[in-house]
Amino acid sequence: MATMTMAQALNRALRDALTADEQVLIFGEDVGALGGVFRITDGLTRDFGRERCFDTPLAEAGIVGLAVGLAMGGFRPVVEMQFDAFAYPAFEQITSHVAKLRNRTRGRVSLPMVIRVPFAGGIGGVEHHCDSSEAYYAHTPGLKVLTPATVEDAYWLLRDAIDDPDPVVFMEPKRRYWSKAEVDLTRRRPAPLGRAEVVRTGRDVTLVAYGPSVPVALEAAEAAEEDGISIEVVDLRSIVPFDDATVTESVRRTGRCVVVQEAQGFAGVGAEIAARIQERAFHSLAAPVLRVAGFDIPYPPPKLEHAHLPSVERILDAVDRLQFDDEPDELYLTGGRA
Amino acid sequence: MPGQPPREAIQNLLPAPEPVRFVNEDGSAAPPPEGYRRPADDLLREAYRRMVLGRRFDAQATTLTRQGQLAVYPSSRGQDACQIGAVLALRDDDWLFPTYRDSMALVSRGIDPVEVLTLLRGDWHCGYDPHAVHTAPQCTPLATQTLHAAGMAEALRRRGEDGVALAMVGDGGTSEGDFHEALNFSAVFRSPVVYFVQNNQYAISVPLAQQTAAPALAFKGIGYGIRSQQVDGNDLVAVLSVLADAVEYARGGHGPVLVEAHTYRMDAHTNADDATRYRDDEEVERWRAADPVARLETLLLTEGLLDAGQISTIRDEAEQFAAALRTRMNAEAPVVALELFDHVFAEPTPQLREQRARLAAELAAAPATQEGH
Repeated sequence: MATMTMAQALNRALRDALTADEQVLIFGEDVGALGGVFRITDGLTRDFGRERCFDTPLAEAGIVGLAVGLAMGGFRPVVEMQFDAFAYPAFEQITSHVAKLRNRTRGRVSLPMVIRVPFAGGIGGVEHHCDSSEAYYAHTPGLKVLTPATVEDAYWLLRDAIDDPDPVVFMEPKRRYWSKAEVDLTRRRPAPLGRAEVVRTGRDVTLVAYGPSVPVALEAAEAAEEDGISIEVVDLRSIVPFDDATVTESVRRTGRCVVVQEAQGFAGVGAEIAARIQERAFHSLAAPVLRVAGFDIPYPPPKLEHAHLPSVERILDAVDRLQFDDEPDELYLTGGRA
Repeated sequence: MPGQPPREAIQNLLPAPEPVRFVNEDGSAAPPPEGYRRPADDLLREAYRRMVLGRRFDAQATTLTRQGQLAVYPSSRGQDACQIGAVLALRDDDWLFPTYRDSMALVSRGIDPVEVLTLLRGDWHCGYDPHAVHTAPQCTPLATQTLHAAGMAEALRRRGEDGVALAMVGDGGTSEGDFHEALNFSAVFRSPVVYFVQNNQYAISVPLAQQTAAPALAFKGIGYGIRSQQVDGNDLVAVLSVLADAVEYARGGHGPVLVEAHTYRMDAHTNADDATRYRDDEEVERWRAADPVARLETLLLTEGLLDAGQISTIRDEAEQFAAALRTRMNAEAPVVALELFDHVFAEPTPQLREQRARLAAELAAAPATQEGH
């Protein structure tokens, strides 16, 4: 057992992948001598050499496009996008090539590569440093989209992503980088890639969350317990592939569900989850599935992000609106004009 | 100033002020350009044969499009010397990264023409196995393939192999950011890659003058520290000589090379385009006089490297090639709808399995006309 941060667990995963497979390459902006702006690649160039972990010129489409060619040529590139919003120049490479090459070639060309994206807010970052961009990738067929919420998952999901035969967009919740846990990485405990996990069991309500929102959901569950409401929390871990089975099974048991995401709500991952639950568990539902999401605004400046991010209070408010009695929901009846 | 490269180094990177040329437009030999070797006679004969075959393939594809067999066809007629020159400059184990307009090159590289036309017939996206033929899928998004070539070249270098990647790109493509990122990355890494710009004067309808203010596209290399050259793209001898030199330079570990070929797209952008809206017949006629196939034919006839009998044999071969392609393209090609789910991931997700089952049920319930689908 060792106590480590999520950042250290990710570093450890990269180290172990470099050791396990000679074809693994790590590159991006400032990942070499500096070890990345979040130090996720700390010491890798020193310990594995510049041939295995190296800095590139500053161009995100170039980084991802180069990775496509290297993956076609037999390597397993793991590239770093420095921040969520800085990944957008690579969008064409990701959507038109990374996601499609296997399909375009009838499975003859596979692209085992990982695009690491530090994402989401809560770190007081100035503009363009805090986007929740997961829906863009999740909406693109051919990409797997993973996001860890715990130190242990950060390690194992990144190892899974690097070993996977398909391209993975690996979304790292940057405000959890410094979260600590005691973990034993010599033995795998977490579920395999593509499976969600029930991280807290409960009877009355299911909270579905992923990445940065999981600890907030757990805190809300804790608080609700004091009010006598028993909340189950599902950590998705993998947005694509989506684990319908675990989510549906939980909601069928509890009959009520709130989906939590930090991203703006409109057309987001949470909307998809809510729709899927209603398609599969309608007769088990005692109330509409609600979403607690960021507002439909560009990410706020640091001093205002607290007003934007889904909070424990906002989650508990949503839980209160799950029609435990037959009182109509005032907010909904007035159409928000109250 | 410390670290400033010597003037000589700059000169070595800059292209010649005029395109390299071995053969004049009328097929007569031009004064030999300095620093370039004329390819061997046998290779020139083989290039001629391939150009005749390539042009016949191109004409056949255009006909198939008119007959409704292909959804669309972007012809490379007029760019024949570039198409064949690029293929002959490469070894089979080098990698080619073509665009949608480079079907002629793919056929010349030995890829089954029916597999080349799979994309345009609409059966699937890429019809051939890229690994088997060391050729990437034809790329439709502009210039994105230049980065893949840079990556592949880097893979070849890292594996200690002496392979080279050659990326085809058009004049319009040189305006895309990916082109510049590819040049920059490969120059920094000294990757063995050749960027081959076929400047056919138009990006669909937009002429070169509205695409760039550079004296020539080859001058885009110097800013990245890339050795560059420009060549008469309708002179097969020059194209082959300059590309062979570029490939040798890259193979030797000296880094990437940029080659611009000045050529012309004789047909419209595709069959769906109307070129008369943006260029006049006079211009097209001027370029017709510079036709690459006729030019090489005249040279080889004049120098006694080819005779009328050989030409006739090659033309017969081209007709047979076209006839065989026609027959195969006219045969019914079954498409399997359920395959739509098979290649999204290595293993389909539960959702894709569900959707596949739904479509399978739909197809099973449909009338017998769906048989075989």
